[in-house]
Amino acid sequence: MNWLTNFIRPKIRSFVSDQKEIPDALWQKCPACDGMLFHRELTENLGVCHHCGHHLRISVADRLSILFGESPFQDISVPPAPADPLRFRDKKKYSDRLSEARAKTGRDDAIRVALGRIGDQNAVVAAFDFDFMGGSMGAGVGEGIVKAAETAVRERAALICIPSSGGARMQEGILSLMQMPRSVVAVRMVKEAGLPYLVLLTDPTTGGVSASFAMVGDIHIAEPGATIGFAGKRVIEETIREQLPPNFQTAEYLLAHGMVDMVVPRASQNETIGRILNLLMERQTGKNGTTGRSNGRKSPPRDNGGKVAVGPLARAAGNVARLPALRGKTPLPLPAAANQTAATRRRRSGKD
Amino acid sequence: MSFLEFEKPVQELEAKIAELRKVSSTGDVNVAAEISRMQTKADRLLKQIYTKLSPAQKVLVARHPERPHFQDYIQAIVTDFTPLAGDRRFGEDAALIGGIGRIAGRACVVMGQEKGSDTEMRLRHNFGMARPEGYRKALRLMELADRFQIPVVTLVDTAGAYPGVGAEERGQSEAIAACIETCLNVSVPILSVVIGEGGSGGAIAIATADRVYMLEHSIYSVISPEGCASILWRSGAYAAEAAAALRLTAQDLKKLGVIDDIIEEPLGGAHRASLEAVERVQAQIEKGFAETCPWDPRTIRHSRREKYLKIGRAA
Repeated sequence: MNWLTNFIRPKIRSFVSDQKEIPDALWQKCPACDGMLFHRELTENLGVCHHCGHHLRISVADRLSILFGESPFQDISVPPAPADPLRFRDKKKYSDRLSEARAKTGRDDAIRVALGRIGDQNAVVAAFDFDFMGGSMGAGVGEGIVKAAETAVRERAALICIPSSGGARMQEGILSLMQMPRSVVAVRMVKEAGLPYLVLLTDPTTGGVSASFAMVGDIHIAEPGATIGFAGKRVIEETIREQLPPNFQTAEYLLAHGMVDMVVPRASQNETIGRILNLLMERQTGKNGTTGRSNGRKSPPRDNGGKVAVGPLARAAGNVARLPALRGKTPLPLPAAANQTAATRRRRSGKD
Repeated sequence: MSFLEFEKPVQELEAKIAELRKVSSTGDVNVAAEISRMQTKADRLLKQIYTKLSPAQKVLVARHPERPHFQDYIQAIVTDFTPLAGDRRFGEDAALIGGIGRIAGRACVVMGQEKGSDTEMRLRHNFGMARPEGYRKALRLMELADRFQIPVVTLVDTAGAYPGVGAEERGQSEAIAACIETCLNVSVPILSVVIGEGGSGGAIAIATADRVYMLEHSIYSVISPEGCASILWRSGAYAAEAAAALRLTAQDLKKLGVIDDIIEEPLGGAHRASLEAVERVQAQIEKGFAETCPWDPRTIRHSRREKYLKIGRAA
């Protein structure tokens, strides 16, 4: 560092980039250990405190770029759900809360669905946006899960749901409760198509979300320290009038009680999920880019619409982009490196 | 009979009638006429009150301690009832009772939450708030019904699944989720009646059904009005407002297309004529049987799934 980099570079940078590189808050406190975290360092560390390893909540954009690793992905649009079916009003109108959340997050509802590749497999990710009304599940979110499941079945892809949600959205009343069976029907379609359904439980996964699609996965992966449970801690304390155990309802507690398969830090999630998908989907893909049939095995039990999944060899030849859904659409996604830069940039700018 | 706050005028009339009855033991004709006049008035008053109950009042009626509970239904409408216990994993949960028996002569699996009708029973049944064992037993019984191809009838009456340390430890979420999944998997008809309180996840766990009915003054909601008020209004004092905003009455749910039918209650609510209410529920279940039986296993499951897939989809 010298005067040149200190004083000149930012100016030059402003010529080549229209992005503001300086976030509003350069420093923040780790909510777990109170350690000071420098913004850029935190971003480079995937939103994990380098003092204590606490996993801070991250944006959906960051979530997707971490989960898909270096590989490109495309957004799957989710059809809109009926807005404010009950004309709900508490201190504020639900419709106003919705508009605010939409303005804040730039998305229609608390879920984002994307198709890409993890490991050597097609994967659809349905990620909750906690910034959108606490990631609560109403009809719009239900629609997102249904869309994600349908896409997974069509593309012969694994489905990975990533809840970050306080539960059902009260403002949609009984219709939000009905999203519990609805989301379970959706993930059932994926399971019955012989495709893996994984859940990555992040902070928080509670209430109606934990008691529906989030707990019926083939494999449950939890993020370290995430709060996962059915009833709220305060409700339980008021009911039993006792202090709760210190690590109550944490990812680690659920692991100890047999509710999740593993607790995986953010940095290893892409690799771990990729490995699991490769193992579970071996029969679908076949080894060395062949289909199960030419491997002398029976083809998957269910009709796959005549589509042949892309095997590792084909990908090695640079065909990363042959995701069926991308066919006939605009050019191939960015090469891995460029995409990574884009992802990093997005991450830095804190936008989605 | 315990009276609710808004039933005060009726209570006063009834008290007067009782008094007159006491003094008229001699058989005075004039007094008898007076009693009958007052009784008509009381009935009219009751009808007036009950035809325009507010959502918050309905919450009170739905939770009325003398309202018929699961056991009352079993005694009155299920023959050959054979209760079955345990989840084969951890324990037995008396909050959610189930077994096999006959309704209108048809063999079926019957289950539901029992709130209990006196202090001892309430404690024994944990106020109708089931733990994971209860839901895992429900799941087991549904699979039993599926294996032997007999319908499932569920009677829903719970404030919700029990919020406790043990329940969380043993996977309350997973138990409810798995129960919902089983409801969606079985290839026999499932009929569900909300007889009192349909409390959120604890209710939907056994109410994911082909036909869902509600008693006229029962409620069914994603959260209790008290809970909703304390979160959104930041004070439990707004429970009445929350009850209205949540649209939790049978009439609202019918309009929203979430339930199939409303079962009319006797004058002044099910707690005033328990047996009559129970019989009306039986009649509705018979109607449900007539609509769904006999069934094609694959079709019934498929249509149940389609039904839930559509809830909340833009038309």
